[in-house]
This record gives sequence, structure tokens and C-alpha cells, in this order.
Amino acid sequence: MADAAIHGHEHEDNRGWFTRWFMSTNHKDIGILYLFTAGAVGFLSVCFTVFMRLELMEPGVQHMCLEGARLFADAARECTPNGHLWNVMITYHGVLMMFFVVIPALFGGFGNYFMPLQIGAPDMAFPRLNNLSYWMFVAGVALGVASILSPGGDQQLGSGIGWVLYPPLSVREGGISTDLAIFAVHVSGASSILGAINIITTFLNMRTPGMTLFKVPLFAWSVFVTAWLILLALPVLAGAITMLLTDRNFGTAFFDPAGGGDPILYQHILWFFGHPEVYIVVLPGFGLVSHIIATFARKPIFGYLPMVWALIAIGVLGFVVWAHHMYTVGMSLTQQSYFMMATMVIAVPTGVKVFSWIATMWGGSVEFKTPMLFAFGFLILFTIGGVTGVVLSQAGVDRAYHDTYYVVAHFHYTMSMGAAFTIFAGVYYYIGKMSGRQYPEWAGKVHFWMFFIGVNVTFFPQHFLGRQGMPRRYIDYPEAFAYWNKISSMGAFLSFASFVFFIGIVFYTIFAGRRITENNYWNEYADTLEWTLPCPPPEHTFETLPKREDWDHSPAH
Amino acid sequence: MAHAKDHDYHILPPSIWPFFSSVGAFIMLFGAVLWMHAITPFMFFIGLIATLYSMWGWWADTIKENIAGDHTPVVRIGLRYGVIFFIMSEVMFFVAWFWAFFKNALYPMYDYAGTTYVKPEIIPIDAFHLPLINTLILLCSGAAVTWAHHALVHENNRKDLITGLSIGIALGVLFTLLQAYEYYELFVHEGYTFGGEFFYGSFFMATGFHGFHVIIGTIFLTICLIRAMKGHFTPEDHIGFEAAAWYWHFVDVVWLFLFIAVYIWGQ
Repeated sequence: MADAAIHGHEHEDNRGWFTRWFMSTNHKDIGILYLFTAGAVGFLSVCFTVFMRLELMEPGVQHMCLEGARLFADAARECTPNGHLWNVMITYHGVLMMFFVVIPALFGGFGNYFMPLQIGAPDMAFPRLNNLSYWMFVAGVALGVASILSPGGDQQLGSGIGWVLYPPLSVREGGISTDLAIFAVHVSGASSILGAINIITTFLNMRTPGMTLFKVPLFAWSVFVTAWLILLALPVLAGAITMLLTDRNFGTAFFDPAGGGDPILYQHILWFFGHPEVYIVVLPGFGLVSHIIATFARKPIFGYLPMVWALIAIGVLGFVVWAHHMYTVGMSLTQQSYFMMATMVIAVPTGVKVFSWIATMWGGSVEFKTPMLFAFGFLILFTIGGVTGVVLSQAGVDRAYHDTYYVVAHFHYTMSMGAAFTIFAGVYYYIGKMSGRQYPEWAGKVHFWMFFIGVNVTFFPQHFLGRQGMPRRYIDYPEAFAYWNKISSMGAFLSFASFVFFIGIVFYTIFAGRRITENNYWNEYADTLEWTLPCPPPEHTFETLPKREDWDHSPAH
Repeated sequence: MAHAKDHDYHILPPSIWPFFSSVGAFIMLFGAVLWMHAITPFMFFIGLIATLYSMWGWWADTIKENIAGDHTPVVRIGLRYGVIFFIMSEVMFFVAWFWAFFKNALYPMYDYAGTTYVKPEIIPIDAFHLPLINTLILLCSGAAVTWAHHALVHENNRKDLITGLSIGIALGVLFTLLQAYEYYELFVHEGYTFGGEFFYGSFFMATGFHGFHVIIGTIFLTICLIRAMKGHFTPEDHIGFEAAAWYWHFVDVVWLFLFIAVYIWGQ
């Protein structure tokens, strides 16, 4: 992408390589940095899961041995199960995906690149702060990786405490690894908060003249709502993990019952952040999908105003449902009833969105280009994840499902398929805009079908396993669960293959893809402001603010 | 550049500070971990120096840009938004500490069925002694800063601006000293410890983070005082001072909540 932008026509770029990528104050370059870094961390995190699925392919422990982790099972050599390694894998898969992949890709990457373009802003409100957000994210990644590689629990490397870092496990885990992980989350949180401040300010202060709030494109709206969630949720997490840090190192008793503390307190504060977090992860994707569906159905988005209010409603409701993650900790019946009701209420604005997307396609002239395939896949799979979410929201039913693979299947349908599908959809939709070169359509479609089949084969059987009672977070399982576990692992390998293929597509596109000459390479229904710019856009966009007729295509709402 | 900039927003040249400060933050936090595990304190201080240096350099750049007139009215609105949202995130940070405090006060562990925890004897702090004096000091400090602000905005009176700021800073320093004295009394004479018991940790972390914010606010105001003496502020353009004043009032309000909840109600 760097290449393409530097050699872009009608644009001279005199910045040096270091100046451009390390000292950037340019929202488009920072967006690209975010996307690439998130992709690299995502690859690492995906490798962890593939290793986990490899281990779970057969009952018994064949790969994660105390004698050394092995890629190929070897019955001739002894293998003592290394539960710590397993715990490390699940921990960092979660931590990396949550904090260092999805938020940076959707919010940092697409948010940075396209939110200012969609509202006609020449850059972010605080361009230098924007770069601080990015580099703090990198510092967080570095601390996270250092945490994996430094002495942790069980006289081994890394922390095996789960991404939620529940005490007492996280307080008692030995070594420096957990402290590094806590600081990694602190830094990533600071990065996200600064990014959120920047995005909210940009959105409020830099919309092009005439663009009133309810004329702002949906993706910009979704990033704006996400920014609010980050701004209000992440500092609370920072407080919670600071308590963990002092419990670990300075002898405080926030979560230690012997000193009057309460581990459940941590769960409450964590999930007060953690539930908004799941919307932080997925809301920008909602925004992207809205544009993609409108473009490829050749119809304006159905129900713009309800779509905006649904985003806001999801954001607000996201703050008042947290304890549905902890029905089994011994809350009163009244509390459980409240959290159950509140949780089910979220299905209403989510339903508004899903039905509006369907209504957008209804009667449209639908064209299944790769981004649309991913958006369509998102729609189906996210709805499945949403439906199992309604199942899990029942406090009574959750007694049976809590901490089983049913939960794993549920949140991977919303994240691994919800959020990840929107990231891929966004990449295919916008890679031409960002790089000036178009991906090969056939390859995108192959990637989609591999990934779609792969993730479904991986996660759909996990519903069955969960209903049979297989608990999450274990390295091994009884024979009875062998059948669906094997199939699930096959799916994971297929998904991994598709991800490797995707990386190939991205690099092929950047270096050898077909050059794009027109500004808008889709159709007239891709009608937001980024489509009025060349591909790739020049270093500085909207140096003269856009004219109203460039973006205002509909009557006032 | 193909075109010239034709708007009032602030487009910044490339800057090393974000990269530099992130490297500093990494070194500082990694060093903090090493220090906490009694390996070495040096890495922490190297990182701290790097971080402080980049703060200095970064904000020096910002002040230069302000003097150069880059902060147009629309940019100033954006900066104000930024400060407000930053303060909101700080408020949410304190929510976590209040949450922990209230949980312990309302649902103490010794009420739980089957617990063996017995609350130790904790000597209560007399809220209407030193804490009340501190409350008044901090409120007076806030009033002094507001007086300075009014003097600047409504009268462009630099003398009153400087006097008000000086009083505000002096009272802020006095607050910190008294708070340190209170901690000293609690640790040495009242048998308080940092760890061991929930209440202690919650008390010292909540008031300690507040105290840390008071120190930050005092430094912020001091910088503004220096800038006021140099004549950087005009009735229209004094965004740095405005941010410091808002931040100072935020610190005030957090203290009021601490005073009411922790010192009066919680004893």
C-alpha cells in the first residue's frame, strides 16, 4: 500500500520512509498501520487457536507435552500433559483478539481511515494524538508478547489465567508474566481511550458544513458510538486491573476474602467493561456492513434513522447488562431477573438492524461480490450468534450452559464470524480505495467460501458439545466428545488455510493487483465522500472542504 | 502538495513524540514490573525520564503552535471537547475505585454466610478535622482559579490572573502537604497499613489516586502560571489555562465525593 500511495498519480510525496510511518500525523497512514499490525497480531493469535484445535482433535494429550510442544503426535515418545501451555494459549488468544486485533482493526484501522473521509474532515481532530494511540497499541502488543515469553506460573513461560484475568488465579500466578499482561492491557486501554477522544471530537467538531448529525453516514455513526463505549468502559477496566496489580504486588486485599475482599467484585467491574467491550468489537462492523449491503443491493440503506438509534440504544443498553456473564456466582434472584430482562431487550435494537439490512436487500438488485458475500455471511452467522445469545441470556438455562462449549460457540459466532467477517468485508470493500489496486474477484470468493465453511464446521459442532456438557478451557476430554471435536478441528484447519490464502491475496493485490483508475469502482450506491476521492487518496484530502452536492443525496431525516 | 489548505482545521507536520513516548511507556512499564519483582529499579527510571521528556517536548510544541496561531477558533472548540472527554474517562476511572469502596461498605465480607473473615479494628478518621480543612482548602483553591479565569476573560486583568493562579497553586500544594501529613499520621499513629485489609487498600488507592491527580493538576496550573506571566493568554485564546481549570475542578469534585462517601459516610 505504501508503494501504491507513493507512486499514486497527480500526487508527490516527499516524506521519507521513517517520517511517513513512524512520525505520522496522517489519519490514512495511521489507519493502514493499524490494519497491518492488527493483521500480524491476528495471525499470531490464530496460530494459537490452531494449535489448540490440533490438541483437541483427539482425546488425550498428544501435542502440548511437558517434554516440549510438538506439531506432530508421536506415540513412541512420552507425553506428559502440559496444562500450563494450554492455559497460556487460551489466555493470549483471548487477550490478543480482544484488545490487539479486533478493536485496532475495526476502530483503529477502518475508523481512522474512513470516518474522517466520510464526514469530509481533512484529518482527525488531534493528528499527533492519533499516532500516539497507534504507538501505544504497539507498545501494548510488545508488552503482551513479552508477557508470553517471560517467566510465569508453574515455573514455565507465560500466564495461564484466561483473558478475563479472574482472581484468585491471576493474583496467585507466579512470575512477572501476569504483571506484564496487566500493563499490556493498561497500555492498550490508554491507546483506545485516546483514540476514542480523538474520534468523538472529530465527529462532533469536523463534519463538513451542512452535515447535520442525522446526515452522517452509518459507518461514521457506528465508530462514534463505539468511541463512547470505549471512553466510558475502558477506564473502569483500568481500575479493576490496577486492583489486581496491587493485590499481586503490594498486598492489598481487594479480591482476597481473607482480608475482606471479594473475587466476585472483580467479576462485576470486569464485566461492566466486558459487556460494552463486545459491542465495541462489533459496532464498527455494523457500520461497514450497512454501507456494503446498500452498495451491492443497489438501494439506499433501509431505515437510516432507526439504524442510528439502534446503534445508540445498543450502546446504552450495553452498559446495563454486564452480570449476565456471571449468573452462576450466587446473585439474588431479583438481580438475575433484572439482568435477564435487560439482556433480552438488546435483541430489539439488534433486530431493528438485522431486519433493516434484510429490508435493504429486499427488492434490490443484489450482486454477490466478495464484500457482499462477507456481509451476507455476517448477517446469517451473527444472527445465529444472536439467537444463541438469547438462549444464554436465560438465567435458568445458563445454569446448564455456563462455561460449556455452547458459550464458546455463541461468542465465536458473534466475534469470529460477526466481527471477523466484517473486517474481511471491509478489507475487500476498501482495499482498492486504500491501495489503488483491486483484488482478484475469484480469489476473494474462494477465500470467502473456505472461511465460511471452515468457521461453521469449527463452531457449529461446538453447540452440540456444549449441550452434551463439555466444559470450556480444558486441554482434554472424555472419549464421548471425540466425534464433534475432530470435526471442529478439521474446520479450524480449513479456516486457517483460508486465512493464509487471504494474506496472499492482500499482498498480491498491493503489489500486483489490477490498477484502479476511477474514483468509485463499485456503483453509484457507494455514495459516501470517500468515493469522490482518487484511489489511493492523496496525502491530504479535502483541503477544500467538500461541497454539499458531493455527499447530500437524500432529503433531511 | 497539489493544493493549499483552505480550511481552519489544524494539519500537523510529522512528529517524533508519539513514537518516542510509546517507547518510553514500554520501557517504564516493563521497568515497573522488574522493580515490583525486586529485579532492578533502573529500567523504570529510564522509561520515566523518557516519558517525562517526551511530555515536555510534546507540550512545548503545542505551546509553540498556539503562539504561532494554529489554534483557530474551530481548533479551540476541538481542544475543549478533547479535554472534556479526557476528564470523562478519568471520572470513569474513579468509578472503579468508588465501586470497590461501596461494595465493601454495603456488603462487607463478614456478613457473608460461611465466612471466617472478621473485620479488624480500624481506627476511624474524624472527617470534620483534617479532611474538612482539606476540603475547604481545595474548594478555596478552585475558587481562586475561577477568580483568575474571570479576571482573564472579563477584564483581561493579568495581575489578578497571576494572583489568583498563585493562590490556587499554593492552596493545592498545601492540600498535598496536609494529605501527606494525614497519611503519615495514619501509618505511624493509627496503625494503618497499605495491604492486608480491604478497607486500607481501597482507602489509600482512592485517596492516593486523587492525590496524584492533585499533583498533576498543580503542575498543570504552575505551567499556566508561567505562561500567564509570559503573557501567553488572551481573553479569547487561553485553551491551556481553561483545560487546567477544568481539570482542577474535576479534582475538586472527586474530592467532594471522597469526602462525603469515604470520610463522612464511610467511617
